[in-house]
Amino acid sequence: MTTVHTFRINGSDVAGTDGQSILAVATENGIDIPTMCHLDGLSDTGSCRLCVVEVAGSSKLTPACTTLVSEGMDVSTTSEQLCGYRRTIIEMLFLERNHICAVCVANNHCDLQNLAEELKLDHFELPVIAPKVGIDASHALFAIDHNRCIMCVRCVRVCDEVEGAHTWDVMGSGIGVRVVTDMGTPWGESTSCTSCGKCVQVCPTGALFEKGRSIGEGSKERRPFLPYLKNQAQEPELT
Amino acid sequence: MTKPTLATVWLDGCSGCHMSFIDMDERLLEIAERADIVYSPLVDTKVYPDHVDLCLVEGAVSSEDDLRKIKLIRERTGTLISFGDCAITANVPGMRNPIGVQPLLERAYLENVTLNPGAPTEVVPALLPMALPVHRVVKVDVFLPGCPPSADLIHQSLVDLLEGRTPDTRGARFGR
Repeated sequence: MTTVHTFRINGSDVAGTDGQSILAVATENGIDIPTMCHLDGLSDTGSCRLCVVEVAGSSKLTPACTTLVSEGMDVSTTSEQLCGYRRTIIEMLFLERNHICAVCVANNHCDLQNLAEELKLDHFELPVIAPKVGIDASHALFAIDHNRCIMCVRCVRVCDEVEGAHTWDVMGSGIGVRVVTDMGTPWGESTSCTSCGKCVQVCPTGALFEKGRSIGEGSKERRPFLPYLKNQAQEPELT
Repeated sequence: MTKPTLATVWLDGCSGCHMSFIDMDERLLEIAERADIVYSPLVDTKVYPDHVDLCLVEGAVSSEDDLRKIKLIRERTGTLISFGDCAITANVPGMRNPIGVQPLLERAYLENVTLNPGAPTEVVPALLPMALPVHRVVKVDVFLPGCPPSADLIHQSLVDLLEGRTPDTRGARFGR
């Protein structure tokens, strides 16, 4: 039997079932919480922290995508503090690597760029780091520019959970963290990669892209598909 | 009553923001009615005036000359506006930052050159270690993002500023 939990988001009464996340219930009720690493159809990791919300009785901020609903919880998704934190998260994502929208393959098709506009970020207060970060263009069809990677790990998840190849994973930690193919070997030498391109399709920025398209063509333009993700998102829970 | 004064400055940028400024087309006449353009790559003044009310700064602060100019401009300007992505984030000029000045100069002036190899040492100002956003060097009052900011955004922001309002930069974004 499904247990229904009633609770409050921004003062409104809402209901969710056992195992649903705050984000899922908020979305069902038309309450917008900004997200970045979340993608319908993939598991949630809470890696970007953009969807943080306040839960009454807890001094910690909690990501809405990985926090399950419980009876009587009182959730707030919009406060001065939350907006401030979200702006800082976007700012840090921009400054941790080298994001140059004007010359990026994802210009105007980028979730990071869109969120900066949405959150009215018109400059960054934190210092420029400008780390030296590499590009792996060894694959015949695709390339990864680590300068643009925000470690949302959507590529890791889609490769594992949908394609079943698990070519992508994460190596290192802190500012040195990187997504890697086949335990850190060049992508072009990967024996597990099926060249399906799902990682490129789910990448929210210009980190993963198809080769052979110019910046001006906007090669990251979203195709109206990802049907495998859409179907998965609509599938009822098996439990 | 004298009109407010307006300046535009071109540091390390491609002049695209100034092209967008010119794209205001007939609205330039309206701006010229409401403000005196006292210093700009578009007018023939060589020395930055003692006091300017509004100044649009295009480009990152990349060289010793940029640094000297922007400090002087800040001292002599009422409202300083970071004009476009290079001024705001260092943008394309900032692409050299991970490389470092010496390897950059060697790449440009030695490795790829057959005629008279060697980095310039005279006339051209020395590069700073990093191309910097303007607000990392001096205080900036208003930010107009975009590569370039649209003519509409420039026009609306200038009108807002000339009428004493904080510009409404909704819809402005990095890149585009």
